[in-house]
Amino acid sequence: MSLPARVTTLLIAFVAVVVVVTFVAVHFILSSPPVENYTPYASGGQVNVVLQTDPQNTVTNKPDWVSYFIQDPRTKQWVHTTYFAVPAATKVNVTIEGYDGCTPLRNPVWGQVTGTIGGVEYVNGQPVSELNSWSGCNVQHTFTMAGLGINVPIASPPTLKEENNLCGTSPCTSGPHQVVTFSFMTPAKGGTFRWQCIIPCGGGYLDGNGGPMSTPGYMSGQMEVQA
Amino acid sequence: MATEASPSSPEAQGPAAEPRHGLRLLILWIVASVIGCLLVYFVWGPHLPPGDMSSSAANQQFDLTVLGTIATPVFLGVVIYMGYALTFWRAKDDDETDGPPIHGNAKIQLTWIATTTVVVLALAVFGTVELWTVQGAGAGEGPQPIWKPGSASILQVQVIGQQWAWTYRYPQFGGFETAQLELPLNEPVQFNVTSLDVIHSFWAYQLGVKADANPGVNNVAYTTPKHAGSFVVRCSELCGLWHGAMFDYGKVVSPAAFQTWAQQTETQLASVTKMLPPYAATYDPTDIANLGKVLVQLGIGGAGGGYYNPNDPEQP
Repeated sequence: MSLPARVTTLLIAFVAVVVVVTFVAVHFILSSPPVENYTPYASGGQVNVVLQTDPQNTVTNKPDWVSYFIQDPRTKQWVHTTYFAVPAATKVNVTIEGYDGCTPLRNPVWGQVTGTIGGVEYVNGQPVSELNSWSGCNVQHTFTMAGLGINVPIASPPTLKEENNLCGTSPCTSGPHQVVTFSFMTPAKGGTFRWQCIIPCGGGYLDGNGGPMSTPGYMSGQMEVQA
Repeated sequence: MATEASPSSPEAQGPAAEPRHGLRLLILWIVASVIGCLLVYFVWGPHLPPGDMSSSAANQQFDLTVLGTIATPVFLGVVIYMGYALTFWRAKDDDETDGPPIHGNAKIQLTWIATTTVVVLALAVFGTVELWTVQGAGAGEGPQPIWKPGSASILQVQVIGQQWAWTYRYPQFGGFETAQLELPLNEPVQFNVTSLDVIHSFWAYQLGVKADANPGVNNVAYTTPKHAGSFVVRCSELCGLWHGAMFDYGKVVSPAAFQTWAQQTETQLASVTKMLPPYAATYDPTDIANLGKVLVQLGIGGAGGGYYNPNDPEQP
């Protein structure tokens, strides 16, 4: 092989490696779910954030993974993501439409509502300060943000009959569900706060901790507080 | 034509007298070592991590100070010898001759072996004694600790790791569990560290306490807080997606303030405590309410198929 041919081959191989590495970095390491930005929609020191939990997720190639969805504040369409942004020093009013069925908490202490204004959540309008997932079929997931001390157990459809008729297409718009609302204050300084469901709900994975539990955009995400 | 050297030329005087390099080096090394050791022990030592917020932290700081002081003459010896050689034994630009052949020096070799042996063995004994006898060194000692505090009154704090948060249970106060960690000043504390899922590691940095949190294992670590204030708790075992976010802050307060906090928290969390399993050294996360088991048996349940669905490929 002539010298020019060898040099050309070497350059092509080098470029190919660079392209592959860049592709992996961009698509697998640096990729993250889209961010729903609620900051422009804050008014009067408050902002309303709307989420839902689904027993499955038919909008991705992981249809058997449970997942959160967030409502786009502009279009009101459900977006498959768990990343959202809110302004600093603002009261965040969260609504979670819980369409999934019940699952006991691994540690029942997370049945306690913490970090919310008044120390309560509202389940279909009724104030609740704790849910005992070991005594009844009443908790499906949690919204837990350890950095702000927030833990809210998400109530599940209350009867076994309803459990057998859960919504089957994501994002859910009908079917048995509970509506949970709560409020909390964002800190005065900006920052990123990670949140998750603390119920190990990754069915099919070791200890339930893999899959949707360990993949941003499903049962864990980030809240960006914009100062 | 050959010429005779004049009486005043360098050749006529013979080779210049070599300075006593060994003596120079020895004096330089001793002076620098004395100064260096004093600086390390008295100036740098009090600032070495992890500080002196607790008995175990102070012991670790002392250990680091001692090790640093012992290492100082070794470090200075290497640096001074290297600097001296570069300065005084540098080869001239046109000097391409070999150095003198060396066939070994039994005196130097024996001195070197004896000195390093003594230093290493002394450090080994020191380290072992410090690990074994001094407050357990703040490390996890396993379920049967080899060292226990002499005090009859020890505060029990159970540390429970779970992906991705810490909770703390106080069995002497009704067994309440909270995400807040408060400790009393000058009272010995026994941490009982365990996990509900994967392996975590409880690292209370300023307290000098670090103990692995293994599921099904009660890893005991002791300390006695010596200064009031806050300290950071981190997970130091890579444990999954949000491992980096698995941290919180604890507080050391006066014994009176601690009693007040603990009693108030016990009262406030009474209804939550009723939901918890009875206090135990470890917990089996599969041993949950009958309702959960029934749901699994029926194949009913959300959250991706229920809690430990029998069809799951992996079971704990």
